[in-house]
Amino acid sequence: MEGVQCDYLSELDVVWDRSETLTEKPFHYCPGCGHSVMNRLLMEVVQELGIQDKTIGVAPVGCAVFMYHYMDIDMQEAAHGRASAVATGIKRILPDRFVFSYQGDGDLAAIGTAETIHTVNRGENIIMLFINNGIYGMTGGQMAPTTLKGSITSTTSSGREYDRHGYPLDITPLISQLPGASYVTRQSVDTAKAVRKTKKALTKAFQFHMNGGEGVCFLEIVSNCPSGWKMTPIESNEWLQDHVFNHYPLGDIKPFPK
Amino acid sequence: MPEKQLMKGNEALAEAAIRAGLKGYFGYPITPQSELLEYLSRHLIDRGGEFIQAESEVAAINMVYGAAGCGKRVMTSTSSPGYSLMQEAISYIACGELPCLLVNVVRGGPGLGTIQPSQGDYFQAVKGGGHGDYRLIVLAPNSVQEMADFVFKGFDLADQYRNPVLILADGALGQMMEPVTFPDYNPEDNLVDHSDWATQGKPASRGPNVITTLHLEADKMEAVNLKLQEKYRTIMANEVMIESIQTEDADLVLVAYGLTSRIAHKAVELARNDGLKVGLLRPKTLFPFPSQHLAVLADQVTSMMVVEMSAGQMVEDVRLAVNGKVPVYFQGRMGGVIPQPDELLKRIHQVYSSSSTQVNS
Ligand SMILES: Cc1ncc(C[n+]2csc(CCOP(=O)(O)OP(=O)(O)O)c2C)c(N)n1
Ligand code: SF4
Repeated sequence: MEGVQCDYLSELDVVWDRSETLTEKPFHYCPGCGHSVMNRLLMEVVQELGIQDKTIGVAPVGCAVFMYHYMDIDMQEAAHGRASAVATGIKRILPDRFVFSYQGDGDLAAIGTAETIHTVNRGENIIMLFINNGIYGMTGGQMAPTTLKGSITSTTSSGREYDRHGYPLDITPLISQLPGASYVTRQSVDTAKAVRKTKKALTKAFQFHMNGGEGVCFLEIVSNCPSGWKMTPIESNEWLQDHVFNHYPLGDIKPFPK
Repeated sequence: MPEKQLMKGNEALAEAAIRAGLKGYFGYPITPQSELLEYLSRHLIDRGGEFIQAESEVAAINMVYGAAGCGKRVMTSTSSPGYSLMQEAISYIACGELPCLLVNVVRGGPGLGTIQPSQGDYFQAVKGGGHGDYRLIVLAPNSVQEMADFVFKGFDLADQYRNPVLILADGALGQMMEPVTFPDYNPEDNLVDHSDWATQGKPASRGPNVITTLHLEADKMEAVNLKLQEKYRTIMANEVMIESIQTEDADLVLVAYGLTSRIAHKAVELARNDGLKVGLLRPKTLFPFPSQHLAVLADQVTSMMVVEMSAGQMVEDVRLAVNGKVPVYFQGRMGGVIPQPDELLKRIHQVYSSSSTQVNS
């Protein structure tokens, strides 16, 4: 590992290293944020599958806007909400490439809802990653479409109320109803076990397209935002387990077609 | 010898796009451009391109962004309200320097307006339209033949300058039928290799290609702007196209583009029959604008008259170019009304006599 000057380390086996598909640029994400884990997982999977030269990613407007700094692959940065339309344009022009979009809940389920639904409905052969942290992280913690009842945000100072702000939009089950969705799953990255499950789901999604599978693979990651939630990373993960997963239950919603 | 065909403007434009090597079209129905979308839905896939009828103009233009970022020839087309919806992404495309072709078959506005032809989107087309300092190369055809010709020209310019090119037509040009001849054009001979910047998948031999328009530090964003402005200056110096009709001896020069240039041309003929020395300058490019040509003409003529199907938009650029040397009159109709040659002739007579009294006195 570059930068590490301890001689005795060289005598040990390397058991963990930065994926070659990740650049050396340090992440800008807040400590404990799920975006970091997901950025890393994505690149691990791309490396393990040997598809770095064939993968093109689309970054959102949101906290992950700079993900192209960390990923050593060709990438485009989309306008707020339009990542799946941009990914559609790329995939239609370069059908033998593996294309993914990566979006937050404001991006995918508020401003970009129409693009989300219609990209899935056309059955584009792309992977759509949806990082649901229940808040607008990048703009300073406003209410998101997915924000749960009672949650205090900078635009719901006394908590989200259904009659005033509407209900949390549970978009993933809706997506799963569309014939264009081939695989729909909801995972998390709050524990080591969850990270492994998410990685497995992501790997299967890429393999599905590598093996000629058609249609959208849609992966929601129910994630945290320690800064926006005003919690420590550990508190935020406990909050997920105690209060969020019962509203957004984890697991496959639509398994791969047989 | 390529043969003549009788076609609608929208269809001629669509056919030309396929012949220019179109690899992706993304659009949404709106009158009066729908024939373009329909034609491409019938023919593009069989002839080597992808076609998507998108869920909105917003989606369509963002698909163009993604596809143009792969370095292939792609386009969208729409009409005024749809073009308004596209502005955010067009700003991204201009900043990201993604070559592509945009078409606005303009209808009367504001609002939902009318499906009749108009030139009311001039400001939006040439001054930017979306946010930030950017320019499109704007081509203004005035015949079905040019609806086709400017597609080849447009793709070549887009590739050469890595800049979006807009064809600014109007509902009448889109709908009317005229004979058209397609040039011998082999896209393979004209394609530019964009693999040094386009996102096509990163081989081990190079670093990642990234398309982004986000530069948080002010000095970096200013550097991006300076580079764009430099490019626009090169375009202004090299790419102005005009048509000049009987301007050599003219006292009064009409300035008109697109459909109105044809009506103005007719009015020039009528005025010449009446013994008046009237000419016509037609900008074929609206950006870059023929300011130099107009400045030179201003030393020769006694007045100018701009004719538009708008409340007077291009007239502002003509006045800037002329810089007060001669009076610049305006004659326009709005809301989809097409000015008639006899109403122009009447105004020409008025302007001509008042200008000559000004000069004589
Ligand atoms: C058209 C437009 N509207 C608004 C914004 C401001 N904006 C940037 S990110 C964002 C919300 C991001 O929230 P989310 O998608 O949930 O992602 P997170 O930051 O939480 O990962 C907003 C509203 C913008 N950039 N563009
Ligand atoms: S603001 Fe929230 S979502 Fe954004 S990086 Fe920080 S913790 Fe993550």
